[in-house]
Amino acid sequence: MAKKKLDFDGSMSRLEEIVALLERGDAPLEQSLKLFEEGAGLLGACSTLLDAAEQKVMILRAGVDGSPIASNFEEDDV
Amino acid sequence: MRERQALTPSQVGQYIKGAMDRDRVLSDILVRGEISNYKMYPSGHHYFSLKDSEGTIRCVMFRGDASKLRFRPENGMCVVAAGRVTVFPRDGQYQLYCTRLIPEGAGDLHVAFEQMKAQLLSEGLFDSDYKKPLPRYPRRIALVTSPAGAAVRDMVRVLGARFPLSEVYILPVHVQGATAAQEIADAIVWANHHSVADLIITGRGGGSMEDLWAFNEEVVARAVFGSTIPVISAVGHEPDVTITDFVADLRAATPSNAAELAVPDQNELFAWLDSVRQRMERGVSLPLQKARRDLNRLGASRVMENPMRYIEDKRMLLDYQSRRLEQGFTQTVGEERERFARLAASLDALSPLKVLGRGYSIARGAKGEVLASVAGVTEGDLLHLRLSDGSLNCRVEGVAPILATERK
Repeated sequence: MAKKKLDFDGSMSRLEEIVALLERGDAPLEQSLKLFEEGAGLLGACSTLLDAAEQKVMILRAGVDGSPIASNFEEDDV
Repeated sequence: MRERQALTPSQVGQYIKGAMDRDRVLSDILVRGEISNYKMYPSGHHYFSLKDSEGTIRCVMFRGDASKLRFRPENGMCVVAAGRVTVFPRDGQYQLYCTRLIPEGAGDLHVAFEQMKAQLLSEGLFDSDYKKPLPRYPRRIALVTSPAGAAVRDMVRVLGARFPLSEVYILPVHVQGATAAQEIADAIVWANHHSVADLIITGRGGGSMEDLWAFNEEVVARAVFGSTIPVISAVGHEPDVTITDFVADLRAATPSNAAELAVPDQNELFAWLDSVRQRMERGVSLPLQKARRDLNRLGASRVMENPMRYIEDKRMLLDYQSRRLEQGFTQTVGEERERFARLAASLDALSPLKVLGRGYSIARGAKGEVLASVAGVTEGDLLHLRLSDGSLNCRVEGVAPILATERK
């Protein structure tokens, strides 16, 4: 399994895979423990991401060259 | 007879024209009739006739006025035309110079809506084949809407409550007025060009059909259709339906509803993660149990060839796994670690050496084979017993099988 940093979507998908593999129950012990270990890590990472998430809201406008420029969104911004 | 002066045709034309132009009725008139012979010229002028069962009047609508039409006039359509009636001196024909055209019965917006819907439908813009799947966990959501008003507040609030992990980018546009449709379309195209999001929600709060009209404009429909970023439409209230709703990948009843459809509820995700924890635990306990059974079996056979090395190997493997598990764990999975430690401990407790330590021994026959059963052993056989701290050479003095139900 490639050890690369997964985003939330990737982590959740991988977690689903791991649960399915573990529940099939036919993997050898060594592999099951590896999967469990990986799953535990992803579980922690996803929970932490959700727990720590703070909504970010920005206004996005085109700059002079058309590329996006973000600025803070104020409620009364027009 | 006095000689009278003859007029030229153009002079007659000019005279009539003058008379008609001074006429109050003719200079500002409404004519109700059925359209026939409708033609649009490359110049942009529209020509047609209005007729009833007994009469007909020729009509022209100049490019400037015609471009303000929201619907497409068609033969057979009943309309009310507003304008003035005058003569065109060049051919001496009078005609209605039409400035506005309104469909009879249904309003012009309704007619325009139905026409646009029929046209885009026939072009396939509403086909389900073109609907794109929405991302399960959008990282960035672009709201193409007015930055003022209730709609944007509702969306931001619902998105934040359900899934604050999604970043929200507001692409400010007017959602009504002359420039609204083009602004909305441009924002969608721009969002795609700069890949600013992996999901777009476009919409506005409720209003009259006139207020919502931008979302019925062709330019918006085509921008939504052309978007490679999936688009959720969120226009007005539940009963309001716009052309954009038909083209969008998903139609939401309201802006709040769009936010609900856009992201998962984090409470459900937390619940799912909890269930995953339990399912993984159950899943890993199966191979652990199997390993324990295997070890038991091995304890009764080949392990005795060199029991210490085998057990030490297994111990080291367990230590290694425990270390790795510890490294991989966070506090959220402390329970699993404890459970694993318990399982590992029971595995250790069942290892052959521990079994020997508890007073059991392993018996081997004359050829060194491990004896798991009294079958095949007869009185007088020589046996070799392995205990925890040494071995005994024994001779069998009697064989007494026990019933299967007593064995465990």
